[in-house]
Amino acid sequence: MARLNPATAAGEPQNGVPEKVARVAYTLLWGFARIFSILALAVTWEVLARSGTFTPFQLPALSAVLDRILSDAIDGDLWINTALTLYRALVAFAICAVGGVLIGMAMSRNVFAHWFFDPIVSVGFPMPKIAFLPVVILWLGVYDVSKITIIVIDAIFPVIAATVIAIQGVERELIWSARNMGATNRELLYQIILPAASPQIMTGLQVALPLSLIVAVVAEMLMGGYGLGGAMMTASRFANSTSVFAGILEIAVVGYVLVKAMSLIRRRLLIWHQEAHAPSTA
Amino acid sequence: MKQSLLRYLPLLLLAIAWEIVARFELVSTSALPPLTEVISAGVAMVKDGELISNGASSLYRAGAGLALAILIGGTVGIAMAWWKPVNVLVAPIVEIFYPLPKSALIPVTVIWLGFGDGSKILLIFLGCMLPVTIGAFNGARSSEQVLVWSARSMGASRLRMLWDVVVPSAMPELLNGVRTALALSFILLVSSELIVAQKGFGYLIGFTGANGNYDAMYAVVLTVAFLGFAADRIYLQITRRALAWRD
Repeated sequence: MARLNPATAAGEPQNGVPEKVARVAYTLLWGFARIFSILALAVTWEVLARSGTFTPFQLPALSAVLDRILSDAIDGDLWINTALTLYRALVAFAICAVGGVLIGMAMSRNVFAHWFFDPIVSVGFPMPKIAFLPVVILWLGVYDVSKITIIVIDAIFPVIAATVIAIQGVERELIWSARNMGATNRELLYQIILPAASPQIMTGLQVALPLSLIVAVVAEMLMGGYGLGGAMMTASRFANSTSVFAGILEIAVVGYVLVKAMSLIRRRLLIWHQEAHAPSTA
Repeated sequence: MKQSLLRYLPLLLLAIAWEIVARFELVSTSALPPLTEVISAGVAMVKDGELISNGASSLYRAGAGLALAILIGGTVGIAMAWWKPVNVLVAPIVEIFYPLPKSALIPVTVIWLGFGDGSKILLIFLGCMLPVTIGAFNGARSSEQVLVWSARSMGASRLRMLWDVVVPSAMPELLNGVRTALALSFILLVSSELIVAQKGFGYLIGFTGANGNYDAMYAVVLTVAFLGFAADRIYLQITRRALAWRD
């Protein structure tokens, strides 16, 4: 079973190899293995595209795509489009985060709020809410407001659901002891319930963030205009497949950076929680 | 019965509010046609077969893409947990592609496979595969060491162990990943059909909306939303039954 972890593998030098050398070699080898398949993928792409197996329309060479990204970056289009997409996705995400946590909190503390929102969440969460995009366009037009609205409609449900489940899961003993020590309702909420529920709320936010980006791209594709999705759609109408592939790479980088940033923030915010000391799996 | 009526009362109230707002024309009827007219438009579309034929092609696309994603994604995930070299090679690729908003692939799948079924199936397959892979990987990796050891001491071969111990213990998390994939498949289906298609639910929504036939558009939107909801509920029932062997 290949389940030794790196520390013990390097920590048991064999044949008298000094531990330090073994560890350096292991790190180097591991680092190389991590980038090897990505490099291989990039090389395969370039070779396949140049070999003429595919037409440049089907698969433009990686070098041509990178060149296009560079020229977009120089003439500023890249930054405008990225900033607009990020603006829409992040404003909507912020609304989802604040609104979703507030609704979730209201649902767990207020009987009426629970009665009203519970069926809406349980029916609305699994629905493909993106189908409402044409309705939202009909109501709000094709500008930022309607894009942000459809993102909020799609991404708020995971936050609400996570908040409700998280607050339900707070240990009774914690609440009882706080009450015993004379905590008021407000203190109980801010000092006990919210901190104890925060890991699961963060998980909900970590679902909502990539979802916001997915919906932002779809909304831009359908409504056109500036933004990474809109730019890709324009390029695809003009059969400009180099720009389409450039768009995918740009969106991929944005998505990667956002997801990584979110898990860094999680680690920072929850540094007091025991999960920060557990070995990470992500 | 009475309990579930009380539970879903808020939805009923919303529906009544919709009808009242539309009937008294508090907003323009083209923006919000009365619910009763939406329903009758839906019934008419079912009768002339438009909704059924478009729905069938949508469900075919979603089903085929999802089936491929579960089959290949699940296999890759379990292989990653079982053979270290596979993990070393595949994990970085998964890590890079997982955060990619899959809707960005819509134009590329169209460039590769055109406007028909193929491009949608490819998109849904690519979009839904990674949640299944990650679920299978996490599940298989956490299979209990004690079970693995006892299977081995009882003389199970490596393949037998894979099939009898690792795959079943990967099941709960794998099925959880499939649930995420199911929701994603509907999102990707509708968005790709809204953007480029010649049939399907998304196409029908765009077509009726562009013709100003808003009753019908609302009817299709509600149908898709309901199907997504129903699929999730049915799936939950099935998994609950399939996992009944876990205490």
